[in-house]
Amino acid sequence: MSTLPDSATAVPAAANAAGEPGRETLLSVRGLRVSAADGSELVHGVDFEIPRGSAVGLVGESGSGKTLTCRSVLGLLPVGVEVTGGEISLRGTELTALPAAEWVRLRGTDLAAVFQDPASYLNPSITVGAQLAEVLRVKTGLARRAARSRAVELLHAMGLHRPEHVYTQYPFELSGGMLQRVLIAVSIAAEPELLIADEATTALDVTVQAEVLELLAELRRDRGLTLIVVSHDLAVISQVCDTVHVFREGSIVEAGTTRQVLRAPRHPYTLELIENHERFGIDRVRKQRSQR
Amino acid sequence: MTALLDVSELHVALGRGRKRTEILHGVDLTVAPGEIVGLIGETGSGKTTLARAVLGLVQAQSGTVAIDGREISGLRGGALRAFRRSGAVQYIFQDPLRSLDPERTVFDSLVEGLVVRGGRGRAELQDAAQGVAQLVSLPLDLLSRHPGELSGGQRQRVVIARAIAVDPRLLICDEPVSALDASTRITILELLLRLRESGDVGVLLITHDLGSLGGVADRVVVLYQGQVVETGTTDEIFLAPRHPYTRLLVMSVPSIQDEEPPDPELRRALRDELRSLTANSAQAATRH
Repeated sequence: MSTLPDSATAVPAAANAAGEPGRETLLSVRGLRVSAADGSELVHGVDFEIPRGSAVGLVGESGSGKTLTCRSVLGLLPVGVEVTGGEISLRGTELTALPAAEWVRLRGTDLAAVFQDPASYLNPSITVGAQLAEVLRVKTGLARRAARSRAVELLHAMGLHRPEHVYTQYPFELSGGMLQRVLIAVSIAAEPELLIADEATTALDVTVQAEVLELLAELRRDRGLTLIVVSHDLAVISQVCDTVHVFREGSIVEAGTTRQVLRAPRHPYTLELIENHERFGIDRVRKQRSQR
Repeated sequence: MTALLDVSELHVALGRGRKRTEILHGVDLTVAPGEIVGLIGETGSGKTTLARAVLGLVQAQSGTVAIDGREISGLRGGALRAFRRSGAVQYIFQDPLRSLDPERTVFDSLVEGLVVRGGRGRAELQDAAQGVAQLVSLPLDLLSRHPGELSGGQRQRVVIARAIAVDPRLLICDEPVSALDASTRITILELLLRLRESGDVGVLLITHDLGSLGGVADRVVVLYQGQVVETGTTDEIFLAPRHPYTRLLVMSVPSIQDEEPPDPELRRALRDELRSLTANSAQAATRH
């Protein structure tokens, strides 16, 4: 590396927040505004860029606008809530003015998402395998039998033991962690480029949360999946993401590389989130140990 | 110091006939006055069943639950109702909205326990409500409001104020901050710390989230598949966990200092160790 001139290692001023100037931008959100039917603005001009293959964290509490921002990207805002300003562009395609039919085509094949409560996104009276196979048939055009064997492969890739057996099980027969793996399989079945995980591990036991986070990191490493991880928990973000955007009351109050934001927070709200961990979380004890 | 709560060799089974399953297999647990004990375990480990047994809501098969040296596990009928009415044990649920009556004002909720006990006039109730509201830093103008008009953190403070209004001996908090945002969590956890300083109330803090106990609990009790697998001071549990489940749990808790998920190999090894432990104990159980 010493043979490289200094200018090659210097980060250009125009580099994105990830500090990786070489990477192409997959998703860009510019000045996004979202308003409710009564005219009140819920998201006040949010900007961020997501380089292909990166993992970006959105952190904030309920009502901070992180989920509405993601739902705008997915074209899935609640009834009466709409994008009232700004641009969302995916590989240069402007999404905000997209007709409904185009959205349906994009979802699954370009963008996908998993949410907090996996059971409510599955039909309780159909086996999970049949639901996964259906997505494969519709989104990738596989024939019935091919869809079945691909579904079993996917379940296996999600770290589920005895995938042939899981294929034949109904949602109620599976634990929360297993259901979330099934949902992740469903969401990446048509090989989207971007996966949004919105509080996807919040309802899981910590030991299971660690496994699902590892699965997300693996999908990113092995398949080049770009991740948006939405969480109220800064610690979850810090394990998976390169950059973090801190949301508060509909705006991004701080953004930067995860390390930067965690080690040298500038906004008082970010400080408060960190203090929460350092005073009441496992970090209190770990910090004492590292100071000893 | 005598324990405020003393659970000894508690066995609880739920269900009837062939579906009857033992949930707690001989649990020991103590909480001293002025102590906050964290009870941690995953979904299905028996945390809630244990809490219900302490409240006298489920019958023990064997073993004892004593509060202030008085055994409550054998209470039936009128004696059990009298114990519940005394308010010695108060329960704080995860979801503050659903544990408050939406049609009652905050004031009515706060004094409900005192009204049930009887013998207090309007002025006394007013004083009591204002006293506990101040204790939990709840603005007094909220007393005339309904739960729907309050924020999540305010509601949880009302729930805690209602619980302490009856001078309980023991507070059982079941995931008290799980449903709350970061900034509200701090105020609720600080409130528990203030209650501890008063020195006579004991707190059993039930959670699946080890990460929220660090700055609050004096001791941690780890429940796994209906058994206490490890007990220690919070520092002992966090820094030197012994049982494979506790080790797995502690390493799985995300920390803001981690830049990667915990080592998958190490986690798998602990899972395997746990699995063989569980298989062995199942074998031992069938040999009985």
